[in-house]
Amino acid sequence: MKSVLGIINLEGNDSLIKELVEHRSLASIPFAGRYRIIDFPLSNMVNSGVGNVGVLLSAKSRSIMDHLRSGKDWDLARHRDGLSYLPSVHRNGQSDRGNIEGLYRNIDFVEHSAERYVLLVRSDAIYNMNFAPVLRFHQNTGADVTVVYNTAFDEQQGSCTLLETAENGLVTDLAQKMVSYEGAKLSMGIYLMEKRTFLDIVKDTFEHGGTDFMRDGLMQRFDDFAVYGYEHKGYVARMTSTAAYYKANMDVLRPGVWEELFMGEDPIYTKSKDEVPVQYKDTAKVTNSLIANGCVIRGEVENSIIFRGVTIAEGAKVKDSIIMQQCDLEENALLEHVICDKNVKITRDKWLKGAANYPLIVSKNVVI
Amino acid sequence: MTKNIAKPAVPFGGKYRIIDFPLSNCANSGIDKVGVLTQYRPLELHNYLGTGSAWDLDKRNGGVFILPPYARDKGADWYKGTADAIYQNLNFIELMDPEYVLVLSGDHIYTMDYSWMIESHKMNKAEATIGVIEVPWDEAPRFGIMNTDEDGRINEFEEKPAKPKSNLASMGIYVFNTEFLKSYLEADAKDTMSSHDFGKNIIPKMLADKARLYSYAFDGYWKDVGTIESLWQANMDLLQDQPPFSLDDTWRIYSSNLALPPHYLGSTAKVHRSMINEGSMIFGEVENSVIFPGVRIGKGAQVKNSVILPFTTIAENARVDHAIVAQNCEIAAGAQVAGAEGAIAVVPEGETVLPADGSKQVG
Repeated sequence: MKSVLGIINLEGNDSLIKELVEHRSLASIPFAGRYRIIDFPLSNMVNSGVGNVGVLLSAKSRSIMDHLRSGKDWDLARHRDGLSYLPSVHRNGQSDRGNIEGLYRNIDFVEHSAERYVLLVRSDAIYNMNFAPVLRFHQNTGADVTVVYNTAFDEQQGSCTLLETAENGLVTDLAQKMVSYEGAKLSMGIYLMEKRTFLDIVKDTFEHGGTDFMRDGLMQRFDDFAVYGYEHKGYVARMTSTAAYYKANMDVLRPGVWEELFMGEDPIYTKSKDEVPVQYKDTAKVTNSLIANGCVIRGEVENSIIFRGVTIAEGAKVKDSIIMQQCDLEENALLEHVICDKNVKITRDKWLKGAANYPLIVSKNVVI
Repeated sequence: MTKNIAKPAVPFGGKYRIIDFPLSNCANSGIDKVGVLTQYRPLELHNYLGTGSAWDLDKRNGGVFILPPYARDKGADWYKGTADAIYQNLNFIELMDPEYVLVLSGDHIYTMDYSWMIESHKMNKAEATIGVIEVPWDEAPRFGIMNTDEDGRINEFEEKPAKPKSNLASMGIYVFNTEFLKSYLEADAKDTMSSHDFGKNIIPKMLADKARLYSYAFDGYWKDVGTIESLWQANMDLLQDQPPFSLDDTWRIYSSNLALPPHYLGSTAKVHRSMINEGSMIFGEVENSVIFPGVRIGKGAQVKNSVILPFTTIAENARVDHAIVAQNCEIAAGAQVAGAEGAIAVVPEGETVLPADGSKQVG
């Protein structure tokens, strides 16, 4: 994979996940108690042996840059190559799917890189995969572009790209739909191609007024390229909506998913925080939950994900919820189906309840 | 600049190694040239420390150095004593060229800002400053005791006195003026009768020469972890409702971290009064215990009053009580490890413990 240049695209369709992306890009949303979405594509690249990665920034990039910094936590703080930031072209917080313009304006980075291939990856999905087999598949099939997909096991809401493939993996159709069905082949937003193909698509698409790599690039010129599909058989969660985000976090409470994502040979790296191991006090009662280091638990927690540095006082009860960094839940606070963003304080005796498919979201820094 | 001698890799608190404490104390105190003297498994230590980046000690000039005994023209020597270890590394001191040398022993857990001790050393115009801590009078006979004047100047040093005149125990933390230290080390090296130990030889000689030795009083948690019992107790101390010292923001202890997810507590888990680190999966009962990363505790298992080191598995219905279980062990289904207060059971690294009746329970 030394011949592969990685590009992570931070643009995503975040209209359905509003409250959580008010101050951050989708890639920066905290996940599973310790991570940010971008940790997944980035760690997968590094584990695959990719040593040169460009992160194409979006309008709200401070959070990402603060999280990734020099790339040291991913072994990407290198003398040569390593992690590079590709500046965003957007000014007013508008985001644009695919960001062809962003790729076009940063084309120098790709043109000057030594690698033969480009691996373009979106940053809005959770999965653990090694990309080396994808490269081999690409080389064996002689594809112009390889698209990685997974097979949906249930209906998925929200915009997605569906593939139809022949036996040998050749993609016979690419379509964007609003709903998928069980058994559908969904693009994971992972594209591998030779650098010259990438440059061709980006330049041509931008110069002809296109904005999205898949829609205006690949789909419009579908007949010009041999597109092949590579199936990833593991767990995949797409952050297409708040409900999808919530469900993905709850999925991680299944030991099988937790182990597949985090405890295999290829770990997921993230910014190191030096927090103290979780302190459970005498009155703690915690089941079916993930609790991150730095927490002090005196209350009850069930079916929930608790991020670092959270204190849960005696008598407080948290159920089916996601509580992000540094929140403070005082005595007898009751939360059910709630997502608390960072630094939220729920004072004593307050009750907050959302619904299973519509969790109540409390924004950053709010005190209730 | 600092030196540190002893059992640095001993694990503590679910996450740390003993060496994290002096190293983090140095980094937080603004000391960035640190030598770690060890003759025990330098490879393991070096692997753990790496370039020192976890403690911000990967510097262009200085940083952290591992200093094992090494061979030179006249042959190789093990370290014969605490002072000899430093004497053999005088070239390291010369390379770093500091004004002061801070010597730290590595058997204790504590958090301390050394810059205050160095300030105190400068203000007293001392040639050596010895860190001391008040110990209970009935324990004083176990320590090296410093007797001091009103202004803190040390006038007498008694090793384990039967009838102590003061209760200020030496912490094994010293600040020396570099040249002053060098002259004593060189003289001591030539003395064939010496056991080359700071407490037994160097300090008494300095005192006898009426050097300016001052004490610096430390007030805080300072726990010896040189024995199994004391290591176990220090871990247990962390589990109090209000732990005796803070491992958090106010004085961060850095550590080399693994890339592991937050730990998972299953629906049958019952965890009280314990500390648990990342990557662990808990389906059983954990009480009054410290759990390191990657530990699995099966359904029906009970872990009480124990310290479980990384990547150990405690299978279904096993029982562990008053024990320290080392890393990569397996306590098989239904097996028991039972120690008691004052007689902590130890399961060494990589061991498997089967049930007493010899049968392997199918969990």
